[in-house]
Formats: sequence, C-alpha cells, structure tokens
Amino acid sequence: MVEVSPAPLRLVVDDERALRPRPGASVPVVESEAQLRSLLRGLAGVDAVGAEARAAKLATRSLKRETKRAAIDLALSMVDLTTLEGADTPGRVASLCAKARRPDPEEPDTPAVAAVCVYPDLVATARAHLVGSGVRVASVATAFPSGRASRAVKLLDVADAVAAGADEVDMVLDRGAFLSGRLGEVFDEVVAVREACGPAHLKVILEVGELVTYDNVRRASWLAMLAGADFIKTSTGKVAVSATLPTALVMLEAVRDFAESTGRLVGVKAAGGIRTTKEALRYLVVVNETAGSAWLDPALFRFGASSLVNDLLLQRRKQRSGAYARPDRVSVD
Amino acid sequence: MEERPASTLSALEYDPAPESAGLARLREGYGLFIGGAFVEAADGATFETINPATEEPLARVAQAGEADVAAAVAAARRAYDKVWRKTTGAQRSKYLFRIARLIQERSRELAVLESLDNGKPIRESRDIDVPLAAAHFFYYAGWADKLEHAGFGPDPRPLGVAGQIIPWNFPLLMAAWKLAPALAAGNTCVLKPAETTPLSALVLAEILQQAELPDGVVNVVTGDGSTGAALVASPVDKVAFTGSTEVGKVIQRRLAGRPTRLTLELGGKGANIVFDDAPLDEVVEGIVDGIFFNQGHVCCAGSRLLVQESVAEDVLHRLRRRVDQLRVGDPLDKNTDVGAINSAAQLEKIRELTAWGEREGATRYTSPCALPERGYWFAPTVFTDVAQTHRIAREEVFGPVLSVLTFRTPEEAVAKANNTTYGLACGVWSEKGSRTLWVAERLRAGVVWANTYNRFDPASPFGGVRESGFGREGGRHGLEAYLDV
Amino acid sequence: MSERLDVRKTYKLLVGGAFPRSESGRSYEVLDAKGRFLANVAQASRKDVRDAVVAARSAQRAWWSLTPYNRGQVLYRLAEMAEARGRELAEQVGRAEGIRATEARATVARSIDRLVWYAGWCDKVAQVLGGQNPVAGPYFNFSVPVPSGVVGVLADQASSLEAFVDAVAAPLAAGNTVVALASETRPIPAALLGEMSATSDLVPGALNVLTGRTGEVAPVLASHEDVDGLDLAGADDVFAGELAALAAETVTRVLRGADPQDRGLKRLRAFVETSTVWHTIGP
Repeated sequence: MVEVSPAPLRLVVDDERALRPRPGASVPVVESEAQLRSLLRGLAGVDAVGAEARAAKLATRSLKRETKRAAIDLALSMVDLTTLEGADTPGRVASLCAKARRPDPEEPDTPAVAAVCVYPDLVATARAHLVGSGVRVASVATAFPSGRASRAVKLLDVADAVAAGADEVDMVLDRGAFLSGRLGEVFDEVVAVREACGPAHLKVILEVGELVTYDNVRRASWLAMLAGADFIKTSTGKVAVSATLPTALVMLEAVRDFAESTGRLVGVKAAGGIRTTKEALRYLVVVNETAGSAWLDPALFRFGASSLVNDLLLQRRKQRSGAYARPDRVSVD
Repeated sequence: MEERPASTLSALEYDPAPESAGLARLREGYGLFIGGAFVEAADGATFETINPATEEPLARVAQAGEADVAAAVAAARRAYDKVWRKTTGAQRSKYLFRIARLIQERSRELAVLESLDNGKPIRESRDIDVPLAAAHFFYYAGWADKLEHAGFGPDPRPLGVAGQIIPWNFPLLMAAWKLAPALAAGNTCVLKPAETTPLSALVLAEILQQAELPDGVVNVVTGDGSTGAALVASPVDKVAFTGSTEVGKVIQRRLAGRPTRLTLELGGKGANIVFDDAPLDEVVEGIVDGIFFNQGHVCCAGSRLLVQESVAEDVLHRLRRRVDQLRVGDPLDKNTDVGAINSAAQLEKIRELTAWGEREGATRYTSPCALPERGYWFAPTVFTDVAQTHRIAREEVFGPVLSVLTFRTPEEAVAKANNTTYGLACGVWSEKGSRTLWVAERLRAGVVWANTYNRFDPASPFGGVRESGFGREGGRHGLEAYLDV
Repeated sequence: MSERLDVRKTYKLLVGGAFPRSESGRSYEVLDAKGRFLANVAQASRKDVRDAVVAARSAQRAWWSLTPYNRGQVLYRLAEMAEARGRELAEQVGRAEGIRATEARATVARSIDRLVWYAGWCDKVAQVLGGQNPVAGPYFNFSVPVPSGVVGVLADQASSLEAFVDAVAAPLAAGNTVVALASETRPIPAALLGEMSATSDLVPGALNVLTGRTGEVAPVLASHEDVDGLDLAGADDVFAGELAALAAETVTRVLRGADPQDRGLKRLRAFVETSTVWHTIGP
C-alpha cells in the first residue's frame, strides 16, 4: 500500500516538467494567483471527443471469472457508503453502519466497505457504531453541497466534523469562484480547509457537473492537488450530472501526471449515479489502465454510493452460486 | 487504514473473454458465386484459407480460373442488360436497405468469421468492420433513388459491369465500399476478394441471395492474383482496385488504351503531426489508433509520427507507457487490442523492413507483451531517431510499426509530411483551429484528420492523391466512380 | 350460433409519445366516404395543441442530436412498421377515401416508399444543401443546413395517408419535430401512422398527431409563438391566408402547396435554415 501523506508537501518548485517521479520530485509551492493561473493554463487541453472515445473503448473491456470476483470484492472495499439526506436520523445511520461492517452477513468473507459518509451532525453516531471495525467515518462539510457560505462558516463546519471524529472530510470546491476566475480564492480556501482537517484526510469535491468542461475538470483537479487534497472527488451527487466515465478518466490522468511530476499520490473518488456492478467495474478498468494498479486500492480510489453495494452483493452471490440472486437476498437500508 | 480488505488486486489481469468460434458457422468448402448460385470452379481447383492466429486451415475455397471469371462477367453483363438497368432507383434502394438490414441481423456471425479469417481483434470486427459495412449499404441505399440530386447532372447513367478487386485488411468492409455505391448507381458487379480472406465476401453473397437480389447482379470470384488479372483483362466497363501501389500500377498499365474506367485506392505513408499545443492524452490515443488499429494493416495508417520537438520527450514517454498496455493475442478475445498478422508473407515483409530500420540506425522499442507460440504475430514497435532517408520512413510497412520524426515549425512539419510519393491520409493535432486548417490546406493527402485518426463514415469521401491512387469511395463523391459522368 | 361481436377501437391523439384522449374529453364521429360510421376519434382542443408543441420542442434537441444516420434508420424502421401493417392501412385508406382496394394498396405502397425516400435523405441533406463557400482571404467558410425547429403541419384534407406521410416525413428528415393536424374527415390513417411511429424508435414527441376540427385547432397552431414553421397543405386559399397572417406575428416560415410525389426538394428545404461559419486559416 502506498502511504498517502496527510499533510501537503511544501517543497521548492522545480521548473522542469518531470516525466516520471524522480528522487526529490516535489509539489510546487504556489506563491501567487498569477503563478497558479499560468500553471493551470500550461496544462495540456482535453479533447472532449477523444476523451469520451477512450472511456467508451475501455468500457468494452470484459472482466470474467477470477478477475471479476476479485474486482467485485475490491469495489466493495472501495465504497464510501453514503447517506446525505435531510431526513437522515441516528437510526438510519446506525443501520448503515451495520451494513458497512458486514455487508452480507450470510457471506462472512464479504469485505467491509471503506467508509460511511454522513453529514457532520451524524459523525459521532457513525463513529460510535463503527468502533473497531476498520471502517472509516467520512463527513461532508464546507456548506455541502453548494458551498455557498462564508469561509468562517465553512471552517467551523469542518472543525465540527473533525472534532466529532471524522477520519475524512469531503469539502466542496467553490465553483462560483472557480468559474469566475478567482483561482487564488479557491486555492486559499482548500489550503485553509486542509489545515482545519488536521489529521483527517481531505477529499475535494470538484462538482464536475457544474464545471462542465473537461479542461475545467483537469485544471480544478490540479488546483486541488496543489492545495493539498488527499483525494479529488467528482461530485456531490446533488446536481443533474454526477460522475461519468470520461470525467473520471480525466481526473485519473491528472493524478497520474501529478504523481509523476511531484512524487505525491492523490486519490480519486467517483461519486453519484454509480448504481450497478457493471458500471463500477468499468471504473476499475479505467483506473487500472489510466493511473495504474497502484490506484486499485481503497487508499487511492473510492466510490461514493449507496445502492451500488447491494448490486455488488447480488453479483458476488451470482459469481459464487451461478444463479442470479433475488434482490431481497440482501438487506434494504 | 486499520484493516486491509482480503482481496485487493495488484492489477486487473483480464481473464480471457473469448467469443465462440462456432458463431462463424464455418463450412468445409465455399464455392464461387456466379449468376446467383454457388458453383465450383470449372476445373475444380480449390485453395485453403487459414486462421492466421493458429495457422490452422479454416476452409477450402474455389479457385476461379479464366473460364470462371469469364462466366461471372457474362452473368453480370446479362443481369445488367436484362434486369438491373431497367430496375428503378427506388427498387435498387430497397434492395440495398434489405442487404443492410441482413448484415445487421447476421453481424455476430460476420464479426467472428472476419476475425477468424483475417486475424483482427473481435472488438474491431464487431464494433467497426461489420457496423460500417451495414452503414455503407444504408447510406448508398438512400442515394439509389436520388441520383439526380447528387450533383452529376439531371439523369446520371451507370457504367455497366464493374470488376472490383479488394484487399485482405478489411475484407467485408471493402466489399461493402465497392458494392454499395456500384449497385446504387445501377451497375452490376464481379467482386474478387483477397486470397487470404475470401470467406466474409461469400457470406455476403448468401446475404444477397436472402435479399433476393436478382441473379448475376453481384458475382464473387475467389482466387489468387491470377484471378484478379483475369478480371482486369475481361470486358468490364470499370475496374475498381484497392491494394498495393505496386499492383495498382500494373492494373493501370494493363488498362492503358482501353475505355475501361479505373479507380485506385493504394498504399500510404501517413504522417500524424503533433503540435505542442495539442491535447496530449488524446494525442497518445490517436497515435495508437493510427498505427496499431488492425495491426497496422491500414493503407491510411499514421505510420509516421511527426512531433514538435518541444513536446517530443513528453509525448514519447506517454506513448511508450500506452504501448506497453496493448494486449496482443487471440483475435477472438474481447479484450485483445492487437491481433494476428494476416499472413506469413506479410509477417516476413514487416520483419524485413524493421530489420532495415535497425540497420539504418533508428532506435527500436518493442512492446514487452507476450506473443502466442503459433500463428503470425508482431509486437507493437516504435522506432525513434528515424531520418527521412530511412526505408522505414519512406516505405509502407503495413504492420504495427511506427516511425517517429520531429519538427520545429509548421512549415517544416508540412514539408516533411509531404516528402513521400504517397498521399492518402494525414493527422494534425493542435488545439488551434487556424493552424490545423493552414496545415490541412498544405498537406498533399486525400484525407486529413484533425485531433482524431482513422475515422471512417459512409457519408465521408475517402481516397488518395499521387501514388496513393485516384477516385473516391464513400459520400456523395463515391457515386462518381460508378456513374458515366 | 351467434356471430362474434367485434371489438371496436377509439382512435386517440399522439402527444409526446403517449396516446391521450383529448384533455377536453371530447371525441367526434368519423364517417367513411359513403357516410357510414367508422369510429370515434379524439377531438383535440387548444390545450392539446399547447401540450403537443411543448412535447415537440423538448424532443427537438434529442431528435436533432441523433446522428443523421440514426435518424435515417428510425424513418426506415417506420417504413418497416408501415409495411407490416400495410393491410390495415390500406383498408382504412380505402374506407376513408372511398377508393377500390387495389388503389388503396397502391396508395399505401407509395406512402411507404416515400418514407424510404426520406429515410435516405437524413444523412444527405447537408451534402446537397450545404458546402464550402470560396470567400476571399485566409478564411475557411462553410454553410450547413439546420432544422427550423418545431413545424406545424395542417395535413391535406383529401389524401388521408400519402400526403400526410410526405408532410410529416420531410420536416422530420431535416431534423425538425412535428405537430401534425390530421385531415378532419379522414383522420384514421394518420392516427395509425402515429401509432406505428411510437414503435419505431422515434424520439417521443418528435411526431405528434392531433385529430379534431380544423377550424378550431389550426389557428391555435398557426398563432403559437413557439412554432417555427407551418405547412398549410390542408387549408383552402382563404383559410391559408388567415393562418399565414397569424404566423407572420413571429416570422414563422410558411409552406403552401407541395406535391407528395414531387422528386424535388421543396418540402425538404422548406423548414431548413442555413448556418454559416467563418474560421481563420494561419500557421
């Protein structure tokens, strides 16, 4: 397993664009908005047609037998089991935590999921129900999902989640500031949240459905990584367009290139709209063929999902018994 | 994390996902298709077609001699005079629509058969060759009753009987490219498939029977080069040839002084030009599609990579990483990216030219992929430090071999790209539209792809300039090759 | 032995891929050419027109964003469906128009062939109507035909199927979506074609078929601000003049008098706009 550094590395910038990780490769220090802007503009553009064609081609990869079994278990272990509703209650969170620990009680070797993801006020509940399980607690913060609040409020939101025991914080990028070109503001905010997270891992939600273009996705990915993100995440799941395969492809290219030029590995979380095993396995193929096998690890790739887990469990049973399982075989949460 | 899941994969090692060979419904023997019936050669001669991925025989196929070719041409002539020239455009249109539908309905069988006989990955035969073949029939079906709108005058006439000789790299697709416009325009056809890949054209003949196309409107004569020579020598009104420049020149010489119309779609040495402002990740995909698609057995392959010096190192690093990922092997495996070389002879030619590349001082990089023991295989190969004078920069390898050269300015890129006797296709990669158009205007090539490569569509004309041939296939322009205009 | 009682069908509207009775709940009696009762048919109201235009507008983007090749496949599929139900169509055309069975069958055959003809046009319109323009200077300049948008069709009153097919297939082939008002007295063949279109992979809402009183519905369609084109085949000269005047309020394109057997492009061109792009050329 690759060790993910929780705090951003702050080393001196190396002008030359490295093509592979070298000894001493480092994350450039961003000193001004102008410098950040030119750095982001210097990134190669993304041709939408080509990126979508590549993703579609990878989606035709066929996983069979052993690979499929292992991939289903891997996907399960990568899930951030999520509930982010106004109607969430401690009872709902408790039941989700039980599911997270033992997704399929009749199949004891089923791996636990990576984390349970809740709003900050339910972090303590989740924490209590996950003690000793190895399942982490993730919390959205920073005025999720819109991010439309003052910096102070956002930082309080983060501090609240961390104090309640969140291992991971999912913040939302300020899309308004990003789209209007106030890149320095966006960057500073991520840095400030990173500091407020303390030991907790920081996932930065780009909300790709609002960034719209792949060029924006690539630039926002780099901005978040430069500012210290441990993960970059596609979406909140609260707007019309969530994770798509080509968007994930572009983000995986970004983490791959970032790792090569800085030596630092950043994770990717695909969230929203991924409901079936078939879709999840397509993401794993894209991970494998874009960032590489180092990212086939819950420390570097996650699914933000809820209904996906049950489909994975049903397919897992199908792989073992050969018969399609009925949906009521697994628990409804 | 405190606890590791039990089953983390180190990498996704795809298990084989093979398509069943039984879907091809192979038969032991295949006859010639003359006058609406399958017949043996007059002298009973046959030849064997093999699976290049295993070197095992697939079927025996009739070898058409001069008498058979004469019979096929006579059948086509009769069908033209008695039936087809009197058939309305609307009727021809509906026959072509039927054929298109039947190809769609038998697409799985055709895809498997094509991969068996040719060696191409099932992913390509399934997703490209067969659907595009159907699409060509659909497209030209629509023209058959609209010829007066095609821009060739109020009442354009067909030529008569067309002799059509097609290559082994896209056997079914090339048959569709030849037959669909010819039939739409009102001609009858004698089609001669390549010696190493005759099967899909014969299944297409079955489809024509199912579509109840009148007897003799299309005839298929299988055989070697002598069959093709006999067809060129016969009294046809039109010869359409796709294949090597060498053979194309022979055909043009043979037809010199005869009134027979001719179109030629020949070889190429396409340049894929990458500027420093290009979308680099997509560039890498385009380079890979350009040269490793169909094992590089593509006349318009982007076999020369011209990359701007300022990004050369970055592009090559990305390219090498990507080439290492290519999965070479069983063409019927749905995860295969690069299949088998079509024949022993072609493999030998590729080996010879790549040996010259090393001898002349280029640096060779070969993908470390494992190759099967039996069959004809060649690992994806990239040559750097290539000079314009090297044979691998000038001659068509027709295999998965890329030659990399660099340039500094747009003028230099154009000069180097045009420094070839061919002129089929080029690629331009840049996010700057005005530069792309500027370069495209100056490239001497029949097709220029910008920020993409190896795209084909029935609505788009395709064909070369200079020694890559003349005449166009596809699109409105493709009708001209079969009209008396 | 008692004779079997047949099950009779009410013909409904086609709006947004669904088959509602009129929102007004009204229907009217349709008679055959000899004045005998044929069936009850839904009688569309102003609100049905409103719903149909909304459906057509929201389908237009989806229909136009299909590849031209796909649009051709869909229209060809409609021809396949019509061929399979050709006997039913011929029977209804015969009753509606009071013509002999052989003549009715020939009418249906011509209508299906016309669909095939338009299916083939989908991926050729741009090649025939568009092209590069050789402007002076370092510019690449090209024009492409794009659909006008939503086309209202007031179908021919006499020719129940053949003219209807021509009037709706032409704008569809060019990428428009259509709200068609069938012949008032002979609406059943058009309603049947609507049913077939719903099983032809046509984008729901791309073709909407209304039946009802022409005098009531046509002015609503003609004056609707979100209708971009209007084919007035089914109106006499006076009525057409009134409708065209209503259409003028929003500069709606108006077509009058196209022949369903014409080999030209009048109908295909009628609801097509020319969009021109300039691009610089330079190193």
